[in-house]
Amino acid sequence: MDALDIARWQFGITTVYHFLFVPLTIGLSFIVAALQTAWVRTGNEKWLRLTKFYGKLFLINFAMGVVTGIVQEFQFGMNWSTYSRFVGDIFGAPLAIEALVAFFLESTFLGLWIFGWDRLPKRIHLACIWAAAIGTLLSAYFILAANSFMQNPVGFTYNEERGRAELTDFMAVLTNKVTLVTFPHTIAAAFMTAGALVAAVAVWHLIRRPGVDTAPFRSALKIGAWTTIVGLAAVAISGDVQGKIMTEVQPMKMAAAEALYTNEQPASFSILTIGTLDGSEEVWAIKIPHVLSFLATGTWNGEVRGINDLQKEYQLTYGPGDYKPNIPVAYWSFRLMIGFGILAALVALWALWAIRRGRAPTSKLLLWSAIALPIMPLAANSFGWIFTEMGRQPWIVFSQLLTASGVSPGTTTGEVITSLTLFTLLYGGLAVVEVGLLLHFIRKGLPDVSAPPVDEEGEDRPLAFAY
Amino acid sequence: MELTTIWFVLIAVLWIGYFVLEGFDFGVGILLGVLGRGEKERRVLINTIGPVWDGNEVWVLTAGGATFAAFPEWYATLFSGFYLPLLLILAALIIRGVAFEYRGKRDDPRWKRRWDWCIIVGSFLPAVLWGVAFANILRGVPINAEFEYVGGFFNLLNPYALLGGLTTLALFVTHGAIFLALKTRGEVRDRANALAGRVGLVAAVLAVAFLVWTLAQRSSPAAVVLAVVAALALVGGLLANRVRREGWAFLGTAAAIALAVACLFAALYPNVMPSTISDANSLTIDNASSTAYTLKIMTWVAVVFTPIVLIYQGWTYWVFRKRLGTADIPET
Ligand code: HDD
Ligand code: HEM
Ligand code: HEM
Repeated sequence: MDALDIARWQFGITTVYHFLFVPLTIGLSFIVAALQTAWVRTGNEKWLRLTKFYGKLFLINFAMGVVTGIVQEFQFGMNWSTYSRFVGDIFGAPLAIEALVAFFLESTFLGLWIFGWDRLPKRIHLACIWAAAIGTLLSAYFILAANSFMQNPVGFTYNEERGRAELTDFMAVLTNKVTLVTFPHTIAAAFMTAGALVAAVAVWHLIRRPGVDTAPFRSALKIGAWTTIVGLAAVAISGDVQGKIMTEVQPMKMAAAEALYTNEQPASFSILTIGTLDGSEEVWAIKIPHVLSFLATGTWNGEVRGINDLQKEYQLTYGPGDYKPNIPVAYWSFRLMIGFGILAALVALWALWAIRRGRAPTSKLLLWSAIALPIMPLAANSFGWIFTEMGRQPWIVFSQLLTASGVSPGTTTGEVITSLTLFTLLYGGLAVVEVGLLLHFIRKGLPDVSAPPVDEEGEDRPLAFAY
Repeated sequence: MELTTIWFVLIAVLWIGYFVLEGFDFGVGILLGVLGRGEKERRVLINTIGPVWDGNEVWVLTAGGATFAAFPEWYATLFSGFYLPLLLILAALIIRGVAFEYRGKRDDPRWKRRWDWCIIVGSFLPAVLWGVAFANILRGVPINAEFEYVGGFFNLLNPYALLGGLTTLALFVTHGAIFLALKTRGEVRDRANALAGRVGLVAAVLAVAFLVWTLAQRSSPAAVVLAVVAALALVGGLLANRVRREGWAFLGTAAAIALAVACLFAALYPNVMPSTISDANSLTIDNASSTAYTLKIMTWVAVVFTPIVLIYQGWTYWVFRKRLGTADIPET
């Protein structure tokens, strides 16, 4: 392994890790904001207790999202300096705007929200969590605009003399059609993920602690499960549109997603394949006719181009080289993304069914499924990104710059091994701590929110919340 | 003014914002073990910065992002060149950020002790390393014709850079102590005030030595003026601290840090990363910058959003303006 491979592993590991926390932050910020709104509107204490309970889980998760995000911000320069020089004129802008417009908003208003329970009027305090939630959306939009430029470069020209891409139309970058579909897909996936966590925790309490706080957890279960189910619908619809745009801008990725070597019309979609996917031998697969044609082109009989054909075309356009991404990874990550998403929605449906008309859930199997539930959309998210990013290879910026050319030339193998080791150890340790804390607070159950006795007045009254 | 100059100034402003704001919360973090005697007191210290440290940290993210957008070559050379120091800074910021949030989440003294160390070490390392990094930028480093840093790690550990690191460390500790004196009551406040007086003297000596050494290598009239005013502000702040005018003292150290950073940038201009191999390899605001079009868009964004950010961050400080004492800390 050379510095390039290690840098890629490091980028992959740290980004996938960051994206375990991101969807929960995005989704939970809105769910918590909605719970608190319900409390402010109705005055029903149930909503306040749920707000504080899920709010705590949200904050434990948020802390990890923040610290792993900082690594991402620096990593482009540290490990991918040639890439940074090449795209900086375009790519830097959304990144800087994300920090200025979104990160300040998120971090400042969350600080106000955490510590502001007794310092701010009720409605202003509520507005703080909404501001932070909106911040997460802004953050997602700008970073996805940056990423979409790498998938489908638009609004730029190549400057021969400087050897770099230069921005010509910023609006084109912000309204890149890939951004416009990636954003809803990613946000819907985030809601699915957060909904699954909310529902899973509620199921656990209903089954393991029957009779304790049943009413609030039934509400939480419904909110979480419906968020997951509606999220799946939104993810499927946006994903379908994405498939068509992807076929248009990166046909190789679609061919890789099906491990389709020769052009096919109509093309069928295989649910799974047994055998190697390198195109050298016949394999056994469960196929649904016409589905790939529909996913890729929107018509049941459209032609889908195969890997061999595209490889020839790319060689003519971009010169000799291998333009195939890792086919098994593309094939399986695409299926695992969809599969885990569907599985999560099924468990959510089951949980809803189990509490229909006031029934109390008791099934051991449901309990175990609920424990696995939050992991499913998290896995789907990771596989979605692995598919998107590895399916783009060998390009770092599609059709413009190869990943191999993007790496920092001056950074030594030793340095990258050091950083990869350090991040892996640190991230591994923190994962244990954070999961431990989440479980600790999940088990603890809903907090008591009856007002503490106020024995001293004014100045000397303790804070409502402190670290 | 040229757009490139405007962006050089804006990036200086972002770093100033970062060092003035995160400077005191680094200081508070470092002093956690010194000024916080007992659990309640340590919680007082942590809670003075609790609501604001994350917002303060975003200044460095914005500085990084703005450098990427406005001077991509600078971003690429700096971040890949200073790989290991930045890695340490990242590791420090990770453990520190998590520690603030997680420390109070379990009622176990061992757990708390461990996170306390994360806060202390996580605040100490960046306080030193940012100084080392900036000193190296000022001093110049080996940069080849492809604008890549070729100096290796140990090249960064020269006496001048180490003095830079000690200077930022001492300044941030002083700034943090004065912040604590301003934001706490009771014994913690007295101790913070006394400590600020002592560390402040060390900081003043180091800062003067560092600025003089800097100006001896690289200078401009503006930089000299800024250095002198920075020194005066620091002395003024320390005097105000002596007479327990803590608001003025804080203003003094804040101004001193701001002016000292401004002085470094003024001395650097129009270079952004000078090369010691050949002047032709030096990164300047011209050869490192983005296109005029990108800079124009970014200028608009900055003009619209920076004031908004300043307003709501300012409001946060207003909301949490009250001094804290051990009586304010609730039981867990
Ligand atoms: C779709 C959304 C999304 C994606 C693809 C990314 N992030 Fe992220 N990021 C967020 C959504 C987000 C967020 C929701 O805004 C976070 C998550 C947790 C949090 O605290 O805010 C965040 C936090 C976060 C922070 C800390 C902000 C703070 O201190 O408040 C930084 C510096 C980054 N991210 C940077 C990046 C970079 C450079 C990425 C590209 C590789 C990236 N993120 C991918
Ligand atoms: C947060 C969600 C994301 C995940 C989980 C993710 C995942 C990955 C993975 C697994 C790779 C490795 C691919 C390979 O090397 O074969 C990769 C590469 C890369 N991604 Fe992403 N990515 C995400 C978002 C982004 C965003 C938003 C950007 C840019 C704004 C980005 C920029 C890059 C770059 C520069 C590489 C090249 C390095 C490489 O090939 O390893 N990624 N990403
Ligand atoms: C149900 C049917 C689904 C379809 C048809 C679908 C389709 C797609 C496609 C085509 C891409 C690649 C986009 C590109 O590279 O240009 C993608 C990426 C992605 N998917 Fe899905 N997806 C589905 C379900 C899910 C689920 C359930 C999740 C997570 C809960 C998910 C999360 C993601 C993520 C995070 C990405 C990477 C970001 C992006 O490019 O949007 N997807 N999906």
